[in-house]
Amino acid sequence: MQVPAPVEYERATSVDHAIGLLERLGGAARIVAGGHSLLPMMKLRLASPEYLIDINDLHGELGYIRVEQAEVRIGAMTRHRELLESGELAEVFPVFRDAERVIADPVVRNRGTLGGSLCQADPSEDLSAVCTTLGASCVIRGGAGERVVTMEEFYRGPYETAVEDAEMLVEIRIPVRPGGSSAYEKVERRAGDWAIVSAGAAVWLDGGLIADARVGLAAVGPNTTGLPAVSDALRGREPSEELYEQAGTLAAENCSPVTDMRGSADYKRHLAKELTGRALRRSVARINERG
Amino acid sequence: MTTTDERPAGFENNDHKPIGHGRMLRKEDPRFIRGRGNYVDDVQLPGMLHCAILRSPVAHARIVSIDTSAAEAHPKVKAVVTGAALTELGLAWMPTLSGDVQAVLATDKVRFQGQEVAFVVAEDRYAARDALELIDVEYDVLDPVVDVRTALDPSAPVIRDDLDGKQNNHIFDWETGDEAATEAVFASADVVVSEDIVYPRVHPAPMETCGCVAEYDRIDSRLTLWSTSQAPHAHRTLYAIVAGLPEHKIRVISPDIGGGFGGKVPIYPGYVCAIVGSIVTGKPVKWMEDRSENLTSTGFARDYIMRGEIAATRDGRILAVRTNVLADHGAFNGVAAPVKYPAGFFGVFTGSYDLQAAYCKMTAVYTNKAPGGVAYACSFRITEAVYLIERIVDCLAYELEMDPVELRIKNFIQPDQFPYRTKTGWVYDSGDYEPTMRKALELAGYEELRREQVERRARGELMGIGVSFFTEAVGAGPRKDMDILGLGMADGCELRVHPTGKAVVRLSVQSQGQGHETTFAQIVAEEIGIPPADIDVVHGDTDQTPFGLGTYGSRSTPVSGAAAALVARKVRDKARIIASGMLEVSVADLEWVKGAFHVKGDPEKSVTIQDIAMRAHGAGDLPEGIEGGLEAQICYNPENLTYPHGAYICVVDIDPGTAQVKVRRFVAVDDCGTRINPMIIEGQVHRGLTDGVGMALMEMIAFDEDGNCLGGSLMDYLIPTALEVPDWETGFTVTPSPHHPIGAKGVGESATVGSPPAIVNAVVDALKPFGIRHADMPLTPSRVWDAMRGVPRPPV
Ligand SMILES: Cc1cc2nc3c(=O)[nH]c(=O)nc-3n(C[C@H](O)[C@H](O)[C@H](O)COP(=O)(O)OP(=O)(O)OC[C@H]3O[C@@H](n4cnc5c(N)ncnc54)[C@H](O)[C@@H]3O)c2cc1C
Repeated sequence: MQVPAPVEYERATSVDHAIGLLERLGGAARIVAGGHSLLPMMKLRLASPEYLIDINDLHGELGYIRVEQAEVRIGAMTRHRELLESGELAEVFPVFRDAERVIADPVVRNRGTLGGSLCQADPSEDLSAVCTTLGASCVIRGGAGERVVTMEEFYRGPYETAVEDAEMLVEIRIPVRPGGSSAYEKVERRAGDWAIVSAGAAVWLDGGLIADARVGLAAVGPNTTGLPAVSDALRGREPSEELYEQAGTLAAENCSPVTDMRGSADYKRHLAKELTGRALRRSVARINERG
Repeated sequence: MTTTDERPAGFENNDHKPIGHGRMLRKEDPRFIRGRGNYVDDVQLPGMLHCAILRSPVAHARIVSIDTSAAEAHPKVKAVVTGAALTELGLAWMPTLSGDVQAVLATDKVRFQGQEVAFVVAEDRYAARDALELIDVEYDVLDPVVDVRTALDPSAPVIRDDLDGKQNNHIFDWETGDEAATEAVFASADVVVSEDIVYPRVHPAPMETCGCVAEYDRIDSRLTLWSTSQAPHAHRTLYAIVAGLPEHKIRVISPDIGGGFGGKVPIYPGYVCAIVGSIVTGKPVKWMEDRSENLTSTGFARDYIMRGEIAATRDGRILAVRTNVLADHGAFNGVAAPVKYPAGFFGVFTGSYDLQAAYCKMTAVYTNKAPGGVAYACSFRITEAVYLIERIVDCLAYELEMDPVELRIKNFIQPDQFPYRTKTGWVYDSGDYEPTMRKALELAGYEELRREQVERRARGELMGIGVSFFTEAVGAGPRKDMDILGLGMADGCELRVHPTGKAVVRLSVQSQGQGHETTFAQIVAEEIGIPPADIDVVHGDTDQTPFGLGTYGSRSTPVSGAAAALVARKVRDKARIIASGMLEVSVADLEWVKGAFHVKGDPEKSVTIQDIAMRAHGAGDLPEGIEGGLEAQICYNPENLTYPHGAYICVVDIDPGTAQVKVRRFVAVDDCGTRINPMIIEGQVHRGLTDGVGMALMEMIAFDEDGNCLGGSLMDYLIPTALEVPDWETGFTVTPSPHHPIGAKGVGESATVGSPPAIVNAVVDALKPFGIRHADMPLTPSRVWDAMRGVPRPPV
């Protein structure tokens, strides 16, 4: 059995309570949400926080999916499983269900949270790629109140985010625009493994032409990467195999994978291309199916 | 699940209980299913302390100093022990299973990342682990030897400078077969094909890691050790030899074991640490490895770099096979194999084919990696041998543009050639290969699959069909040839029938999930007619069972299974004499029908085995010269190994865009001779096939250039899940072993041995449009993609 170092533990009863504890305890404290990233690191003693602030009792306050006319808001404590099972969410953003189907396994999905996934800021994190694809923004709360940042601002590097020591991520907001759909493609070495590469795509059509499109990749750079160059190349064009090919090529050129146990940098670049094309194709097909 | 084995009526109701061989549910399962298994980590003793081991963070370094004072000052720590302290006790080094020595705790140098450097005994697991951080070790880091190909370079650092006069990293050279005769055949052959074939380092990765609870009673000088051991009796003797404890004062108990696969055959330093910890503190001490420790420090498997060569006629007659092997044994030669077989049973690399000549030369070397080379369900290196021959035969088929099935059938050893002596000296006991192959072809619909493949290829799809045919050599072994550190590989067995006709059979082998409590009860039941439910199987406790060498190399049924059948016959022979007295007829006038003797020609006059048992223990006279009681004991020395065989067919689809391999179908037809419990056999086969998918597609213990192990967790070292495996399709043929009392052969490892080549052959077949003849395991998407672009890379 792998055992963590000694740690003090407290359960937060509200977001304000959690933030109060963070302010009092400073950098030695860590929030634990689902614990599926933090606890393995503690057991391997890669992380040894002095205090754990358990926010699982805040599921009532921060576990929600609200689909509104112009925006979807998801609480930070929403669990993978809830994201997977929400029909309402799949209706507007099918990319969530696509991704959740291939994130980890049921045990992890029962506990792991949206907030934990984003705050872990692992370059292979699938939900980060989904949020990047959808142009989400992150609501961060501290003692002084709330601030909202874009995904680009949220990520500062591998395992580093804009959330400061005495702050929490509380919500994700995603703009809803008409005429769109989305999809997620992932290649893994084995079910439940992290991505070798994954790609999310979101496309909005207007009169048969691409009004806007976004692509987000995981595991091919320091953070999940949004690709403005791909969006620029797609906007105003008619969907076609050549266009997907071109978008894929751009995606491959605009990422920076490294060789590791999951695969060679060349192969990952190839996947960035292949999966970008597949995700775009599927997004467009979904729009067309809907009619 | 599909199977050609007809399930008997009543099976679906789970109520089929044969008196003897046949499909029945496992007797041990109720306790496992209800969570009532009793594993080493479940053992709790009053006052028990916990041991944790400090391990080397680097692959190769001289130890400059170790400061344990801070750890000793920890309030919950009871003892901190280093290699220096063990040296004083004469326990710093211990023998390995292959005549080398291994450091229990490093004294001079560390030789692999994860090597044991010191241990702490503390009041709980947490404190023991915390105290490890308080030990300060200063290392003088040395260049490591990581690439086995350069280990013998004169400039390579010498790893084992502890061995007197050792100037290089060479362990042994070994050869088998006839070099000159093989060369002559190769020189005149129409076709010669050669290929470099790597079997990467993999790990058994059992669900339960290794561990023990050691309790040394100072007053009685008695050591009781609950340990994750596949071979409790052999371990007891080795502890007696290593620690100088009298053997009658040592009791080794292997309770339920959560998977072994060979990884629990060796004695690991951790067991010795726990024993020393108990001797030093006077308290019971538990040591339980964590997952990373298990993956990085306990016995690995395989790690052979093989050059395979095959010679044939243009029309596909295989003439000879030759191979040159470079074997990476890690920092200590810890291979578990009979003494005369430093390369295990690799000599069966001639496969199932009738050859004119064969030759193998092997060189084994030290590297700065974990020691081992244990089984992992490999039947002593037969996995590597079968992989080599089945891969190289496919390479030949590729060159000859011949169907791989046709090529194999054309070269099979014929039924009338058995017993067949191979060109490397192995005597295959029995076999009838073609019907097994044909059955697999039929189950798979081979012709139809090939037609489908043509259509798919025309559409640019990548479908592959892979075939393998293996012959295993299991059931070590005849004591004239086989021993482990001087201990002969014969197995004892004892059977007692109680007065009421219930029985207990005691065995030396130790189940790690193979269903011994059922299979052995069935073997005895078949011979003596007592229902399996009435027969208790006792195993895994040296105080309660006769001596024998344990469970690995698929040896339990070939050796202990034979012992169980023979001991039951011995009891039956005695029962017959008692019955003759009871029925007042001569022994010759009695007939045995399962469970009872009756008078020939008068079936009404009979006594059951239960009646006889009561009489044997009861009042009244017994026939002259017969003692009371109904029990017997034997020690079975096998005459030969048993040679099961099988034909496997795998169908894969590869996504041309992502290079992901999907195993669509897998057909396995096994011939393990007499089948005792077909359900258990299928379970063993399913497990082994799943293993095969792991090795072929994802498993590998890799190292970086500094010798850091890259497979130290199950996130990095992948093992397959239900989602990677297809619905297994199994079938069987039956060719009994002529020398085994019930004709049974081993089957525990057949599927692990036979499946990797079938899967790899299927992947390579799918890649045929790219002109690929060979690609090494593990066939991860990235590596398949390399192959598709014409640059298949070896994994090391
Ligand atoms: C076996 C396994 C397989 C996995 N496979 C995948 C996979 O395929 N794809 C994938 O994307 N992920 C995978 N994961 C990760 C999984 O999705 C985790 O659950 C997730 O990354 C973290 O969520 P959590 O709620 O468990 O976070 P925790 O482990 O509780 O926390 C992670 C980090 O975020 C911080 N944190 C958590 N919540 C907040 C908050 N609201 N505000 C500020 N900081 C916060 C914590 O302090 C900690 O630093 C896998 C995990 C495991 C164990």
